[in-house]
Amino acid sequence: MKKLLILSGKGGTGKTTLAGAFIRLSSTRRYADCDVDAPNLHLVLSKDMEPLIQDFYGLDKAWIDPDRCTNCGLCREHCRFDAIHPDPTHRVDPYGCEGCAVCQLVCPAAAITMQPAAAGVLMRYENHHIFSTARLNMGSGNSGKLVTEVKKQLGNDLDDTDLAIIDGSPGIGCPVIASISGVDLVLVVAEPTVSGISDMERILETAKIFRIPTAVCVNKYDVNQANTEKIEGHCRSRQIPYLGRIPYDPKAVMAANQGKTIVDLPCSSGQEAERIFYKLLKLIFQGKAG
Amino acid sequence: MKIAVLSGKGGTGKTMVSVNLASVSGYSAYVDCDVEEPNGHLFFRPTNQEEESIMVRSPRVNDDLCSGSRKCVEFCRFNALAYVGGKLLIFDDLCHSCGGCLLVCPEKALTEVEKPMGKVQMGSSAGVEVLTGILNLGEASGIPIIHRLLEKARNLEDQGREIFVDCPPGTACIVMESIQDADYCLLVAEPSIFGAHNLAMVHELATLFHKPCGVVLNKELGGENPSRDYCLEKNIPILGEIPYDTRLGSLNSMGTIAARALDNYRQLFDSLLETIRKEVGHEKITHPQR
Amino acid sequence: MIIMIPVVNESADTQVAANFGRAPYFMLRDTATGAMEFVKNTAADSPGGAGIKAAQIVVDHGPGALLVPQCGQNAADVIQGAGIPMYQTRGFDLEKNLDALIRGELEVLTEIHSGFHGHGAGK
Repeated sequence: MKKLLILSGKGGTGKTTLAGAFIRLSSTRRYADCDVDAPNLHLVLSKDMEPLIQDFYGLDKAWIDPDRCTNCGLCREHCRFDAIHPDPTHRVDPYGCEGCAVCQLVCPAAAITMQPAAAGVLMRYENHHIFSTARLNMGSGNSGKLVTEVKKQLGNDLDDTDLAIIDGSPGIGCPVIASISGVDLVLVVAEPTVSGISDMERILETAKIFRIPTAVCVNKYDVNQANTEKIEGHCRSRQIPYLGRIPYDPKAVMAANQGKTIVDLPCSSGQEAERIFYKLLKLIFQGKAG
Repeated sequence: MKIAVLSGKGGTGKTMVSVNLASVSGYSAYVDCDVEEPNGHLFFRPTNQEEESIMVRSPRVNDDLCSGSRKCVEFCRFNALAYVGGKLLIFDDLCHSCGGCLLVCPEKALTEVEKPMGKVQMGSSAGVEVLTGILNLGEASGIPIIHRLLEKARNLEDQGREIFVDCPPGTACIVMESIQDADYCLLVAEPSIFGAHNLAMVHELATLFHKPCGVVLNKELGGENPSRDYCLEKNIPILGEIPYDTRLGSLNSMGTIAARALDNYRQLFDSLLETIRKEVGHEKITHPQR
Repeated sequence: MIIMIPVVNESADTQVAANFGRAPYFMLRDTATGAMEFVKNTAADSPGGAGIKAAQIVVDHGPGALLVPQCGQNAADVIQGAGIPMYQTRGFDLEKNLDALIRGELEVLTEIHSGFHGHGAGK
């Protein structure tokens, strides 16, 4: 099973919109949303469906047994994160607790234990296909591990002619690294802005180190033609396949609001997305851009 | 008055809104808490910059005292320590500075040193004090930077300035820290089903911390707006609307502050700020205990 | 020589895992006799620093070499600190990689990615 990963660096570039279009065009039976901080893909592709849900655990967090606590305050003295307050007996603020377990170490009354803390939920929509996604709870970190779980949930049982499509995390950090490993192609959806270009560069660098082929397309290109051309130039000089550019299209928002992808109704962004999609297929399965 | 500007996801217009509000205020401070990707300073290009390193404590080992007990390696919940080739290796970028390893070492072979993990820059731009938080690449947590930023912001507020806090996107702990002192949370939302979903997330966070909220609908296209529907449903005041405008997008992509460049935008943000001031004033009267 | 390699599961026909730090298992393999043993990678559950913990596990088993698809800087520091050579796998077929290693065709791992680790684990 080949895996396509779509990344963008900063948020708001239209990654999810494009991912939705490609998923629709390919009729793939395996797709995932790795943006675990703010998953959006299910809003378009799984409206009105109920997923199988599983809790995801991050670092254990400290819990103080109020019956054993003698209020000596040693835990609070040692807590570097200001996460313990007397209220009236000492209590741990789960949002502040970083799970270091120093309080448990110093407590003279053995009143503190480290408890499993649900950091989010893994979700799986199944209906002759598997759509894997997840959401981190408020206040949680741990994105890299959860992203790995989302990808794992997709399995690897289809054959080599099948294509799994993964909508990646925004940003350039640990969750992006977690999404990159083991994929066959990274498509960077670039935005023609100063920060968009800088993020695109960082992702291309990272994919290079993982020896994973990349391709680039520009979304909302008409926001800044000069920057768009800059991106095209970068790709040419590095021999990175440049698959096309999509204009800003108000119909894209309309489509999403109706629970549709941009290829479900006639619009300029959908047409361009379709052209890019066929070039992508050629690149993944034949190793050359159209 | 201290306003925290939030959005569920990057690319919604949070920075554009906070930068422009700070610009029209007359006597303000703009505080960039998005320490992984601070962008506000690109718009302000502040002069008279001062810079302050933010330090965090890091363990260091005295190899002569270390007996290889590995108690520290076993204790560390963040995997920041490894014992290899008869030596203790310490990984600063994973360390959360909890101090636990020092406590468990039977030989007292570990001590702490101060190490920079980021910086706070402060400069001016035409009546706006620009505070920028920057997290060094690879560091575990930006929270100590947020603390210092908000400390400086409190001093500026005492001088009579209006404070605009540009929060990181999402709902992780660092966002919770960024809104700590805020009198009011301004939520920026896009007019799509994705936008409404992300708005709900960040609204939940602000509500958890008992912060009064108001919404700015950005990139308004006319027609259906699921974010507007959400506000009506949940009784969240809509304080303003910014229509989708290619010119605004273009100015933004070049790092230009629209309110400083064109009169119509100055008026738009002036009027938005007035509405916010009234709303915050009203909140203070009806909920003085907040 | 006994080598160690991250793998997907505990069966003899398993594949090379795409990821080092969060690979489900490691295989210890005697290249001379073909004897194999599986070690559960407890690092896979770590919210952060999985690479370092996985590397500690490898070091504690003391193989003559480690085969990996790629490796982060922190994990590499641990492995290199123990003087264990690292070779870069090609593709995910386990036996092909072992054959290539024996014939001296696998390259020593040189490009080590900086990793952006540490952004998980609670914050």
